[in-house]
Amino acid sequence: MNTPIRRLAVACLVLFLALMGNATYVQFIDADNLNAEPNNKRVIDDEYSRERGAILVDGEPVAHSVRSDDQFEFLRTYPEGALFAHLTGYFSYTYGRSAVENSENPILSGSDNRLFVNRVVDLVANKQPKGGSVELTIDRSAQTTAAAALAALPSGTKGSVVALDPQTGEILAMVSQPSYDPNALASHDFGAVTQAWTALNDDPAKPLLNRSTQEILPPGSTFKLVTASAALEQLNLTPASVVQGGSELSFPGIEYTLPNAGGGNCGGDQISLEQALNVSCNVSFGSLATQVGQGALEEQAAKFGFGDKLIEGIASNASRFTTEGTELEAPQLAQSGIGQFEVAATPLQMAMVAAGIANDGVVMKPHLVQTVRDPSLRILDDAGDGEEYGRALSPEHAAMMQQMMISTVEGGTASSARIPGQTVGGKTGTAQRGGDLPNLAWFASFAGSGENQVAVAVVVESATATDDISGGRLAGPIAKAVMEALLSS
Amino acid sequence: MSGTGETTWVPRKRRGAELVLTVMAVGLAIFAYCAVGLGAEGRVPAGAVGLAVTLVVVAVAANLLIRRFAPYADPVLLPLVLCLNGLGLAMIYRIDLGMEARRDSWTSLAPNQLMWTGIGVAAFATVLLVVRDHRRLQTLTYSFGLAAVVLLILPLLPGIGQNIRGARIWINLGPFSFQPGEAAKICLAIFFAGYLAEKREALALAGRRVLGVDLPRARDLGPIMIGWLVSIGILVLQRDLGSSLLFFGLFVVLLFIATERAGWIVVGGGLFALGTWFGYLQFSHVRRRFEAWQDPFGDPDQNGQIINALYGLAHGGLLGRGWGQGSPELTPIGYSDFIATSLGEELGLTGLMAILLIYGLIVERGLRIALTCRDAFGKLLAAGLAISMAIQVFVVVGGVTHLIPLTGLTTPFLSQGGSSIVMNWAIIAILLRISDQTRRPAPPVQPVSEDEATQVVKL
Repeated sequence: MNTPIRRLAVACLVLFLALMGNATYVQFIDADNLNAEPNNKRVIDDEYSRERGAILVDGEPVAHSVRSDDQFEFLRTYPEGALFAHLTGYFSYTYGRSAVENSENPILSGSDNRLFVNRVVDLVANKQPKGGSVELTIDRSAQTTAAAALAALPSGTKGSVVALDPQTGEILAMVSQPSYDPNALASHDFGAVTQAWTALNDDPAKPLLNRSTQEILPPGSTFKLVTASAALEQLNLTPASVVQGGSELSFPGIEYTLPNAGGGNCGGDQISLEQALNVSCNVSFGSLATQVGQGALEEQAAKFGFGDKLIEGIASNASRFTTEGTELEAPQLAQSGIGQFEVAATPLQMAMVAAGIANDGVVMKPHLVQTVRDPSLRILDDAGDGEEYGRALSPEHAAMMQQMMISTVEGGTASSARIPGQTVGGKTGTAQRGGDLPNLAWFASFAGSGENQVAVAVVVESATATDDISGGRLAGPIAKAVMEALLSS
Repeated sequence: MSGTGETTWVPRKRRGAELVLTVMAVGLAIFAYCAVGLGAEGRVPAGAVGLAVTLVVVAVAANLLIRRFAPYADPVLLPLVLCLNGLGLAMIYRIDLGMEARRDSWTSLAPNQLMWTGIGVAAFATVLLVVRDHRRLQTLTYSFGLAAVVLLILPLLPGIGQNIRGARIWINLGPFSFQPGEAAKICLAIFFAGYLAEKREALALAGRRVLGVDLPRARDLGPIMIGWLVSIGILVLQRDLGSSLLFFGLFVVLLFIATERAGWIVVGGGLFALGTWFGYLQFSHVRRRFEAWQDPFGDPDQNGQIINALYGLAHGGLLGRGWGQGSPELTPIGYSDFIATSLGEELGLTGLMAILLIYGLIVERGLRIALTCRDAFGKLLAAGLAISMAIQVFVVVGGVTHLIPLTGLTTPFLSQGGSSIVMNWAIIAILLRISDQTRRPAPPVQPVSEDEATQVVKL
């Protein structure tokens, strides 16, 4: 009977080896994946007992951990409340993390592999490991100015401002109204957190939504910048080229006609391209869109970033020229050329269009995090001068676009953005939305020269339809204020 | 072979070595207990002295008992078991602390477990004292068989039977609840060993040979069919997957040892597959366990237990959080079925490996006793007890670490629960008794002159 016993001993060995192999898999090989599961209370508890690194703007914390004497050692605190909420995101025990709190979590919590040596040193010194810090690209004065300008609009108005450095892609300001107070979600009073969370999610104004990157809206006439760029690139036009003007654009064999906003005739049946942009002539750009064609226009939009998620680390949606697979008929193509029909863009996207033009045709990839530091402030990662997204225009055509946008501010529809002593280029947009929704007021612009350049996009969603909703009147002054704040700092 | 008897191996008793190992095991347990208090609350727990005294008394008493009543018994088993028992106590105390911190009211489990450990050691002593020769048990083969059946039926009786976590394997006797399945395990092992020691020749008769494997004759299949039906009965009536698998596995393995024919393993494996398939089709709870194993994250609310266990293991990582510094109380029943993952969380992969090694050593010592035992009954009993321990550890630890679908079994010596502790101590007593018999030097044999003469002829 000894032979079977010996064989069974080997079988038992196999069983134990299987247990050990499996334990090794779970505790060593698969451990990182399991620890990264969002509902893993152990890891969250752990993070709550550690001093989480700060998120900084201009060297001042906009999110930091302060000592707390309740069930956890530290409380995540956002000194500015709602001002930076969509950028820092929230850090909640119950509802997890969002935005930079989430995307930079390994650094902030101190679990990043680059902080391994720090952790070992802390372990030996018997100190609690600390997280590293993250410095944002945001300019505090621009952010404050943008938020204040949006807040000054009639109550219930929603809107968003995005400011970019055209040469680096740094996000200098990003405001979405309405916002929320992340302190309410980071609280250790879980009952109150649940209430706050429910209230935020039930709010029809969607305060948790970052309108700058998540909400795509018809860009209206600001999209004419894309159509004009395509016309320059594809049709070899110049600002002086003659394009079709008049009061309406008709299509052979179809009853529909595309009119100008307000019923004007753009100053004649034959006008220059520059004139068309200055007066935001629907007829001219509808006609140009049909000449350029769907494919080339879509391609031009894609060069500015349409169809891509433009930013990493915060929630974002891609802007679109058409929905997937739509074949545009001529009238629809003309409507698309003036930023209507299915065209929908985020404010970030329209800021990138303005920035690409300002940066001589080169579109930079937008980024929000400038530097990442370890707890001893040694730099681990620096976004530096940014990363190129791609070239949207040749330098010559970019210069033409700049010139046309500048003249639009100096003598055209975008005059509300004029800043004395500064070169400012801009384009307004007043986009129609379906149903009874009030029109959207858009503004896309750039200002400054040389190294000191900024690009800003603004969208304002009024709560009620009034006669004075237009990009020039509502959005232009906000863009101007933000650009002034940026150029003076 | 000299045939002179001069080189006969005289085993050493090694009781001194056992004492040293025992002291180490008890020291480890006391250290663990203190570390739990220091890690979780920053101070040495109040009951540390009481626990230390209890454990030392128990250990010394057990050692003295073995010196007196089983002097040749295996010297490693007792320290191994004490070590596991002590680690289990420390972890149950640790989960008490965690639960007290998180809940408004929590009834401490550790004092109860300490009491049951005492009762377990008493049971150990009783078995060593009462069973002076394991072969005496063979005469009671059928009584133990009957006892096993009664024990298995008890939880089904109305009034004393109790449904806990979906399985009907508990009985209520006054203030105590008891899992008779643990006792039935020992009774069954004795019954199977006795029955097979007697019937092994008959069962070993050759049948058909298929693909190089001797399959038994159809009419010899009776016993295995009965064993199979009993285990299916447990599965159906008590909804206890783990015990069903354990009992059937034990029976098949002993059949294989007794008959030396791999055919039984094939037949048993086939029947097991059939039973599993039947269970999967018939019972939603079996299906649910299987699905939870396939994709635990598919239904996080339903599978919170195994997900939490995996989180705990991952959080422990290579070296563990340290005693008292993890969150094993987050895993439901982390003090019982899931105690292995609780230990994995606080002691890390390293600690879990060490614990698995301790189990491996217990099984190895048990099988070694079976190998050296001279009588068929002792061989079968020792092998059966050792292998049932291996199967049980594999099923429960494999279940909670997501190697196999989850089935409810206790982790021997670690899990909180009186019946499990007491019966496992009894198992160790039986193994020590067999090993004492095995390692004891054979009584001197009178040389027989005829044999000498015969050998001369061979020259």
